Amino acid sequence: MRSTLSGFGEGLLITGRERNDVVLLHADMVDAEVIAPFSLEFPERTINCGVSEQDMVITAAGLSLGGKIPVAVSYSAFLTARSFDQIRTCLAIPGLQAVLVGTHSGLSAGEEGATQQMNQDVALMRSLPGMSVMVPSDYPSSSFMAGIACGHPGPVYLRLGRDEIPDIGILDESEMRIGGGRALAEGDGVTICACGIMVHEAMKAAAILSQQGINAEVIDCFSLKPLPSQLILASLRRTGCCVVAEEHNIIGGLGEAVAALSASENPVPVRCVAVSDRYGQSGTPSELQEYYGLTFREIVGESAQVWSMRRR
Amino acid sequence: MKASVRHELESVALEVRKDVVRMTGLSRSGHLRSCLSVVDIIVYLYWKVLRIRPEEPHWPERDRLVFSKNHACPALYAVLARRGFFEREELWNYRRLGAMLQGRPEHFRTPGVDVPGGSGGMGIGLANGLLMSARIDRLDRRVFCVMGDGELQMGSVWESAMQAASLGSGALTTFVDMNGIQTGGSVESIKRIEPVRKKFEAFGWRVMEVDGHDFRQLEKSVAWSLSGPGDSPSAVLAKTVPGKGITIAEKGLLGSPACPLDRDRMEQALRELESSSGVKGGGA
Repeated sequence: MRSTLSGFGEGLLITGRERNDVVLLHADMVDAEVIAPFSLEFPERTINCGVSEQDMVITAAGLSLGGKIPVAVSYSAFLTARSFDQIRTCLAIPGLQAVLVGTHSGLSAGEEGATQQMNQDVALMRSLPGMSVMVPSDYPSSSFMAGIACGHPGPVYLRLGRDEIPDIGILDESEMRIGGGRALAEGDGVTICACGIMVHEAMKAAAILSQQGINAEVIDCFSLKPLPSQLILASLRRTGCCVVAEEHNIIGGLGEAVAALSASENPVPVRCVAVSDRYGQSGTPSELQEYYGLTFREIVGESAQVWSMRRR
Repeated sequence: MKASVRHELESVALEVRKDVVRMTGLSRSGHLRSCLSVVDIIVYLYWKVLRIRPEEPHWPERDRLVFSKNHACPALYAVLARRGFFEREELWNYRRLGAMLQGRPEHFRTPGVDVPGGSGGMGIGLANGLLMSARIDRLDRRVFCVMGDGELQMGSVWESAMQAASLGSGALTTFVDMNGIQTGGSVESIKRIEPVRKKFEAFGWRVMEVDGHDFRQLEKSVAWSLSGPGDSPSAVLAKTVPGKGITIAEKGLLGSPACPLDRDRMEQALRELESSSGVKGGGA
């Protein structure tokens, strides 16, 4: 059990050893697992910008203009919301190469409460033309994505959580790319698209559904933008119904992206398991996950409903 | 500064002012007063200070000018055209669909524009990032930032000002065009920015105040800035006259700062500028 946060920390160190143009900026992060591996080995390429996310993003743009690959890390709440203007103006519109890393996303800030939790970041970042949005679902994929993101010519938003989660099998590196996804379980009963921690809930749901005679196809949609459209559409053609699960507000996330894809290319019933347009509150991440209905149980329930309405 | 050099710069600045009047007039866009106040500062930098190659705009070792006073971009565009970065004909398409010269500077469209612009308050931070990358590469890069005084109302400016002092680079010089106006009226009547000198000093900057229309003083300020202790950024507070060179603009008789010049006033302004130099001609 390990977090995507620490996976990214490892991946950034590996990438930093391969490329000397990667520069780490952070807004006074004390979370050792993400910052320490790189910063201890490359102190001359690490900048603690203080608690100034707006300045950090602008500085990252300046570094990018100077030929570097800036990797800017902060709480997703402050990185994406507080610095949205700077991200849009200085990185997204000019299409500069930069990696934005939002930590403590979703409900994973737990006891810190509603302001530190972040369920609107994907909506904000997806709305920016040219911005790629990636949400890894385990340590190995998060580690590998660090390298992918640093090699991408435009801006990338990477969403990380601090929940300790199991690794999902062996990583097939050929599947790991911006715009990619991976089918973790194959089936013709219902398509379950998920990202981040919800991939694990989707796998649990698939096990239960198979006992009920519904074979679920689980797709880890780690690339929310661009979406792995062909992978999803091929699955929808087989199953004729879909459930999307994400640790994000129901507005603006993976659910809307998949629903829009289905509506335009292959209309089938789509249901979303997500935060139902509410803010969070203090609690442990697992308590919050239960309270806001982000578990395998909701996925099983929604799957049974869309299955009964499936269109093939 | 030799008189001949000063006269050369004055003559360039006059031609830039005329182009600015034509651009804002033809495009029916505003901020003329703010454009005219900053002209002499950027003319001096582009003609006498910046190590640049207009024929090779992306020359990696060039100095960078971070133009943070985005709304005054007609002045920047007119300077870049006259300095040879692109054809002067481009100026007349300013703000039109598909034009190289957008309503706010976009570095990927316009040769000579070094940074993305648009939303204000980001110049010092961009400069910091450029200096950090130069430091990692051990390059002797100088970065000049030009910002407006109204911009000092933006919080991100002070985040970045703090960072610049922490970075400890004497290669950063920021010119503040202290023209005293913003869209809604005088800066001090809207949200007080003074004392600007003390603010920058408190943030760890060296500060010099100059007349932003006097090339001799601008020369001294750059020399002072570049010969400093090497670990402090410098702010040059350049006192300027909004609408410099055109009587109705200087007196604020154009309506709001965002108000465009109509055709008659454009012609009148051009006549005034031409008569001030004794030079005729040079039509759009």
